[in-house]
Amino acid sequence: MATTTKALQPQPQLPTIALPKARRLPAWLRALLRNPLSVTGAIIVIAFILLALLAPVIAPPKYPEDPYQIPRAGFSAAPKPPSAAHILGTTEGQYDIFYGIVWGTRTAFKVGLIITGLTVLIGGTLGAVSAYVGGWVDEVIQRFVEIVLAFPYLMAAITLQVVLAPRLHDSFLAAMIALTAFSWPGYSRLIRGDVLSVKERDYVLAAKVIGAPAWRILMRHILPNSIYTLLVVASLDIGTYVLAFAALSFLGLGAQPGYADWGQLLSFARNWIPVLSTHWYIVVFPGFAIVLFVLGWNLMGDAFRDALDPKLRGNK
Amino acid sequence: MTSFIIRRLLVMPVTLLGLSLLIFSMLQLLDPVQRASLYISSPPKTADALQAVIHTYGLDKPVWEQYANWLGNLAKGDLGWSKTGQQPVLSAIGNYFPATLELALWSFIPIITVGVWLGVKAAVNHDRPLDQVTRIFSIVGYAIPTFVFGLLMLMIFYATLQWFPPGRLSDWANRVVYSPGYHTITGMNTIDALLNLRLDIFWDAVLHILMPALTIAYVNWALILRVVRSSMLDVLRAEYTTVARAKGLKESAVINRHARPNAMIPVVTIGGLFFAGLLNGAVISETVFNFHGVGWWATNAATNLDAVSVLGVTLFSGALLILANLVVDILYGFLDPRIRLA
Repeated sequence: MATTTKALQPQPQLPTIALPKARRLPAWLRALLRNPLSVTGAIIVIAFILLALLAPVIAPPKYPEDPYQIPRAGFSAAPKPPSAAHILGTTEGQYDIFYGIVWGTRTAFKVGLIITGLTVLIGGTLGAVSAYVGGWVDEVIQRFVEIVLAFPYLMAAITLQVVLAPRLHDSFLAAMIALTAFSWPGYSRLIRGDVLSVKERDYVLAAKVIGAPAWRILMRHILPNSIYTLLVVASLDIGTYVLAFAALSFLGLGAQPGYADWGQLLSFARNWIPVLSTHWYIVVFPGFAIVLFVLGWNLMGDAFRDALDPKLRGNK
Repeated sequence: MTSFIIRRLLVMPVTLLGLSLLIFSMLQLLDPVQRASLYISSPPKTADALQAVIHTYGLDKPVWEQYANWLGNLAKGDLGWSKTGQQPVLSAIGNYFPATLELALWSFIPIITVGVWLGVKAAVNHDRPLDQVTRIFSIVGYAIPTFVFGLLMLMIFYATLQWFPPGRLSDWANRVVYSPGYHTITGMNTIDALLNLRLDIFWDAVLHILMPALTIAYVNWALILRVVRSSMLDVLRAEYTTVARAKGLKESAVINRHARPNAMIPVVTIGGLFFAGLLNGAVISETVFNFHGVGWWATNAATNLDAVSVLGVTLFSGALLILANLVVDILYGFLDPRIRLA
């Protein structure tokens, strides 16, 4: 009884109690922090971000005007095992593996962020327009999405890379465009669903009633309220895109020989398969970098999906 | 059910047409000279001869007319001339496809059986150690790229232990296979060897196919396992499962009779699309293991700038994928009445 009367009395300190509550982390972030796997993932990703940022300190470039060019220690073909000068050894053509891995981290983030940004832009725009305008526009865009999805992903990307590379005179750029071109459809479907539900809300109707133009309603009222899931899902897909790009580079359809890129570093190993038992370091170190990077994103993503999925949440 | 199938069948040509349109637009990114190489087996000697080729095949005509021509050729099975294969693209695909099909079969069977078995086990032991172990197994499996795993396999089992060599057959076996007394029936070495009653060749082919098959399987177990697990978890929470338990059935009967069959429905979708994906040329594992299938050939063509062959393979793969989608949809309709009535 005493507590009730106390609660009913005016409480001057109430705002200060409410403040920490408002500053509380969002539910998904709290769920992430509770899960040891996702914390591990986040630590791995943060370590890679630091490695990318500190690349010039950890592996000072030999050619500051073109730091992505891996320095060579001579031109002999056979890889050389780890030594004091090259702590992870050198691969075919005497490219320093350590330097390639460190600067390859920058390449990975560059590729991942650019592809993710572009796919979100394209998928988001098409999906939002499709849902907002509706009618035949929706019909046409959705059929187009289905056709793009009908392509086998990697094969399609290879094809576009092959026809684009000679046009652009840049196989790296061609590979990024090729991956982007076949990655956006999933996102457009994702945002389409969200826009469809947001577009019926009262505040959108209110904006229509006061005569706001369609683009303004879409940009100011609908998108800010529906793009959230897309951004989360897409940012967790960065690992997938880095992997796909590495695969293209590995096949010789992305970064050029000597460019600091993990897939490209690994592609040298294809020439040394019968003697990989002695030259193990040309596979193990770059391979470890890729696996760890993808693992970091996947661990984070896995917990995220669990946290966002209401079906799983309800049963915990 | 019939109307459901008809509905699906009607959509297919539209998708196929869209696929061909997209491939054709990619083709337009090539310059006319490269496009001329679509049709001829040897480069023309003079500029006039080149102009003649461009003119004969209508490469200077309006785009829509070119598309109609191209589509007409396609209908006749003419996908162009493969520079790297030194034969028409379609016949090259025909030559390389058996190897891909063989690899697909050899990896598909372990993927599905082991994946389903582990997935069900994990769901039944939800949140217990076995579930955690499979979870870590699948997360790690999902993070290892095919080319890294393949190279590691080669490093351990070929370069170091000399157990499993890359390629499709050893040299001696290749000589036997191409000798007159040996009948090539399916083009799949393991099956042909059995049909020819050559157990030594069969064993050699198995030794060669095991590593690429296992590489594909390992990377994909992760996916199947998780689909089976989550589908099984859903089913185990369903009301009819509770009813089955409430009427006093043994837990094994609940799982085997009531839960597992229903949990298999999404496996059909994933499995079907997955098999189509494998047929599309396990591009990377075929390349890593030097296994001469469609995927290996496509990469080889791609690195040699033989765009025509690559486009041909993509068209073929896309068509295959659309067909697989159709088959899966129909199967799904049979399995799950909710879908066909919707």
